[in-house]
Amino acid sequence: MNPKINTLIQRVIFFMLLLSGFAQMPIFKRYYIADLPGFGWLAQYGVTHLIHYGFAIVFTLAVFYRWTLYFLENRAERKITGKWLAQASGVVLILGVIISGFFLVARNLPGYRFSAAVITGVDIVHLGLVMMSLLFSLGMMIYRRFKQSIA
Amino acid sequence: MSKNMSRRAFLKGGAVLACAAATSGLPASVKSSDEEPLATLHDLRKCIGCGECVEACRESNQLLFPKPTKPFPKMFPKRVKAEDWSGKQDVNDRLTPYNWLTIQQADVSTDKGERKVYIPRRCMHCVNPPCVKLCPWGAAHQEKNGISVINPDLCLGGAKCQNVCPWDIPQRQTGIGLYLDILPTYAGNGVMYKCNRCYEKVAKGENPACLDICPEGVQTIGPRKEIIAKAYEISMEIGGYVYGDKENGGTNTIYVSPVPFETLNEAIAKGKGLPDLSTKKDVMADGNSMTAALFLAPVAGVVGAVSRYLATMKRINATNELKMDEGGHES
Repeated sequence: MNPKINTLIQRVIFFMLLLSGFAQMPIFKRYYIADLPGFGWLAQYGVTHLIHYGFAIVFTLAVFYRWTLYFLENRAERKITGKWLAQASGVVLILGVIISGFFLVARNLPGYRFSAAVITGVDIVHLGLVMMSLLFSLGMMIYRRFKQSIA
Repeated sequence: MSKNMSRRAFLKGGAVLACAAATSGLPASVKSSDEEPLATLHDLRKCIGCGECVEACRESNQLLFPKPTKPFPKMFPKRVKAEDWSGKQDVNDRLTPYNWLTIQQADVSTDKGERKVYIPRRCMHCVNPPCVKLCPWGAAHQEKNGISVINPDLCLGGAKCQNVCPWDIPQRQTGIGLYLDILPTYAGNGVMYKCNRCYEKVAKGENPACLDICPEGVQTIGPRKEIIAKAYEISMEIGGYVYGDKENGGTNTIYVSPVPFETLNEAIAKGKGLPDLSTKKDVMADGNSMTAALFLAPVAGVVGAVSRYLATMKRINATNELKMDEGGHES
């Protein structure tokens, strides 16, 4: 696939996951975002819930596909270097987001009951890891730009 | 909503009831097993609308009612309005943060003439409650016995639970709760309140306050399967109708009525704090139908990558062999 199209698809998936994820909180209606033409669906929890699930399926599939291929093609760093640490941190963050998300999906099935403390804990972990992933991506982007500028 | 039940369901229900009767009959108070939630049955033939249950609920939950701090914090943006019921605590003709049970009245015409049907309304305690499952903050949980409970210490009052509830049951009181300690102007708006079916009493083996006080014995409580079997038994006996067993994928509050629920739904006052009696599709069903695809996604990703890798290796090996063959011929 054309790398530019590949990058665009990845960005659309990230954006839609973030948007539909944040839409699970009652903020878009309060802050008039759902009033913008074409954004009314952001205030419909039923719709955003399904969109989040749909993009989570695509995201999980793509992540495991990429990681497996990376491993098989022997492209992972062998020595503990800065790059290795960055890769490992990214894997841990994304894996954490996926695992906590899977837990929340399982919780939504009938018959699955968890204590209030566990539900709140996993909710906070899921949101916290997403925020950390965002900050991490931003940090990596700034670092790459900086490296390119001095090269 | 079902008028009739299948022969199999009738026999199954009959067998359950027969077993229960053969052992000890319906006990005065019951505890659920891990597998089977507790449900309540409202026999609407018996309700006279006296309001004893409403009063008992208020007395029993007095200590849990909101005690808001005033003045309320200024909220941003302006469209966010405070919801204050603290000065209207006596209102009992609808659900409020201070009134978790209300009685609706339906004046209906039947073959036997005009009649009044009274319907006690409160949280239905769904089998798979959207208010619990979709709360973004995890401020609600479901007890093992099927009771849904909102934790007032964690709730931020965003009212998503009310939005996703098919009956819009939870009601908000501003000026109380955790949001006051976080960003009271910019996020949250109080605490949501609803019936918790006296879960602390039920955990001790006691009955909910509304059940014990009823002079007409409108309500019974028991394991869900037994309660549903009993509802259909009564329904068959009187040629009646059942509500709550299938709504929103099933609830733990079952009504049996001699009048169709469509008719009752047309006759009752509906609106804010006044839930309707229409059929309800399962709010969680669409999302849950995607669960298998999500859980299989990692496997599909790995299988796809391995397939691609093997195909690439095969192609490379074939190319190498071809090159070696060509090299051999040349030499």
